[in-house]
Amino acid sequence: MSCRVGVVRFPGTNCEFDTVDAIHSLGGEAEVLWHGDSSLKNVDAVVIPGGFAHGDYLRCGAIAKFSPIMESINSFAKEGGPVLGICNGFQVLTEAELLPGALQKNAGMKFLCSMQRIDFVSTSNVLGRHAKAGDRLRIPINHFEGNYVCSPEVLNQLEEENRVVFRYVDNPNGSIADIAGICNAEGNVVGMMPHPERATSPLLGSTDGTTLIQSLLIA
Amino acid sequence: MRFEVKVEVSPREGIANPEGSTIERALPALGFVTAGNVRVGKVIHLQVDADSAADAKSLVEDMCNRFLSNPVIEDALVEVREG
Repeated sequence: MSCRVGVVRFPGTNCEFDTVDAIHSLGGEAEVLWHGDSSLKNVDAVVIPGGFAHGDYLRCGAIAKFSPIMESINSFAKEGGPVLGICNGFQVLTEAELLPGALQKNAGMKFLCSMQRIDFVSTSNVLGRHAKAGDRLRIPINHFEGNYVCSPEVLNQLEEENRVVFRYVDNPNGSIADIAGICNAEGNVVGMMPHPERATSPLLGSTDGTTLIQSLLIA
Repeated sequence: MRFEVKVEVSPREGIANPEGSTIERALPALGFVTAGNVRVGKVIHLQVDADSAADAKSLVEDMCNRFLSNPVIEDALVEVREG
């Protein structure tokens, strides 16, 4: 039986169909989940895709954390369910305190849209089943607020517990320790700024996102 | 009683503030060469009903901790006056 992935849509989300297409193309099933519903419809994994949930008003992800579906995602994550937050989804996961730290405006105050090289630092998480540490991937970014910040204590903890999942090769946005993605202590919740769903076909310029989504499909 | 509340949300000391740094770099171009340590935050105005100014303040501080500011990167200063 193939894996069913719930792809969350808030008002302002705009990457849900790219994510659904990527999942379908890799043999998975996908279902868009409305933020105002509290049921996850028995999906096997959840993706919070990119966009501008609730218009990014107040702060990116700040209002999204109060959507009814977030309570269910919180319980799902606590029970070990695989959850991936991409771009705005990463911001939502930090605001919802499923991941530590915060994402603020890029160091150069520019909206960035470019292909990035990132290193797979830790594969002990739901995205790493087909990868090994040190793998270098080409995956695009598309964000204005991707500058990851956290306290020195949190950074130490992330490094010590091997929870930095991806690092930029050429840090584009000022993120502390070149961080492009992190996971929770259990490795079932991952947040990343680059968009793996946009790197799943040669037509898109890279297929390096494929292994990440395939890994999620067997998580 | 109705109270007018002003919440000043500012970047936490020690956290880089890209907006402030960009403005700081632009000021000398206009001849303002003495400005430094520019920080950009936001101000939120609201009204609340409470029994006293202290109650209004503690209510809004709770809002700040849970929603209006992100304590990871921001500090919030709450000012209350009778509306």
